[in-house]
Parts: sequence; C-alpha cells; structure tokens
Amino acid sequence: MREFWFQFLPILLPLVLIGLGWAVGTWRERAHLASLAVREQAAADVRVTNLRCVPGDRDVVEGRFVCGDVVIASDYFKTVAAALRNLVGGEVRAFETLMERARREALLRMIDDARRLGSREIYNVRFETANILSGNPNRRNKASVAVEVFAFGTAVVRGESREAGTIP
Amino acid sequence: MIVVNTETVPGYTITELKGLVQGNTIRAKHLGRDLAAGLKNLVGGELRGYTELLTEARRQAMERMLAQAHELGANAVVNVRFTTSSVTAGAAELYAYGTAVTVERNVDA
Repeated sequence: MREFWFQFLPILLPLVLIGLGWAVGTWRERAHLASLAVREQAAADVRVTNLRCVPGDRDVVEGRFVCGDVVIASDYFKTVAAALRNLVGGEVRAFETLMERARREALLRMIDDARRLGSREIYNVRFETANILSGNPNRRNKASVAVEVFAFGTAVVRGESREAGTIP
Repeated sequence: MIVVNTETVPGYTITELKGLVQGNTIRAKHLGRDLAAGLKNLVGGELRGYTELLTEARRQAMERMLAQAHELGANAVVNVRFTTSSVTAGAAELYAYGTAVTVERNVDA
C-alpha cells in the first residue's frame, strides 16, 4: 500500500508545495499589504518627490542622504504561476504585486530614515532594483525568485521660518 | 561630510569641484543564508538576512566613496548614485559614486 503511494510522490510533492506556497504566501502577502496601508497612512505627512532641485532652498537648514531597502522572495505558487505564464505570454500579475510590495516597503523605510532626521520632505527619490536570485545562469536552483528594491533620496529640514512641506 | 543625491546641497553653495569619487564592494552570501532563502522561496516574504547583507554592503561602498572624498579635501558629495550587479553566482557588487565638492553655507540661509 505504501509503495503504491510512493510512486505518486514526484507528482504529489510539487502539488503540496504549490498548495503550501499559495496558502501561506497569500496569507503573508495580505498581511504585508495591510501593514503597508496602515504605515503609509502614518507616513502621509512626509512629502516625497523626485524633483532634482529643492524649491525655495533659502531656508533649508539640512540636506541629508536617506535610504531604505528590502529583499522580498516570491512564493512557490507565484513562481510556478509565472513560469506557466511564460508559456502563453501576457501580464504576470503574481510578480507585479511582489514588486509593488517591495517598492512600497523600501519607500516606507526611506521615509522612516528621514523622520529620524526630523525631515518631512524628501527630494530626488530614485529606485534601484536588483534581481538577486534568479536570472543567474550558474544557479542550480532556478525556482528561486527574490527581488531587491533600494530607494534613496535627499531629506531636507527646513528652517523654523516656514512650515514644513509648504512650497513657497 | 554632507552626502546628498541632489545636484546641489540645499542651503549651501558649491565653491569648488573636486571630481568623481567612487566606492565598491563585492559580497557573497553564506550557505546558511542560502538555505534560509530557499525555504522562504516556498512561502514568500522578506529575506531579512539578504536585506541586512545588502544594507551593510552598501554602507561600506558608501564609506569607501566618502574616504576618497575626504582624501580630496572635499566636505560634501553630491549627486550620489548606486548600481548593483551580480558578478558570479551568489555574489553581488555594490557600487556607489558621486561628485566630491567643497560647499559653503549660504550667508542668508
């Protein structure tokens, strides 16, 4: 009886992993998105722009480098879903949410960094993305997908003469 | 040392241009982290070990860049940029570069 089931192992194991990835991965993703929404609301008072110059910089007292980064891994379900999508082409929604989560998390960490300096304005924000696990032909395990997002910018502290966040 | 990624330092005026400064570091992750990452790839989520590794590596690349700027006698680095590239399997290069300058605080600031 046992041997009977063992012959299905090569088929069952990936199915179990996909199921596990789907269940736990979806749950974790939902928790992360909920946490992002809450923290973004709390960070709404910080102005984030990608302008290269600081408007009205006469009363600026400090400009400092701030950054935030995060590495997020895909779950097994998403990886398989994306591989299947590769056969027919089209939008890979599973990875879109992965990238979105990574970008929002990196941005929030950068905002936290700025807040520690007492700044409520960040200029010249840039994103740097690196695919750190997949896309490497030398790797044995091609099923691993993880992405790094690094957000950086210049945090500005204004003089007391002007309220933070108002463009003159 | 003032570090910004804008082209000028807000509230300051650039008085002297010292030139391009750069710093890099290549980091490999160890096997334990690789195994943990493998597990995380089943269920998804943040790879904290990697995040720490990259943060620390980027900080070092930046420190090397700042050391160069210091040697040139600069007191600020403007327009800082980063690049990441994977050199071999499991190793990543982090590269930071910017322009070293001397700045002076605006009198009316």
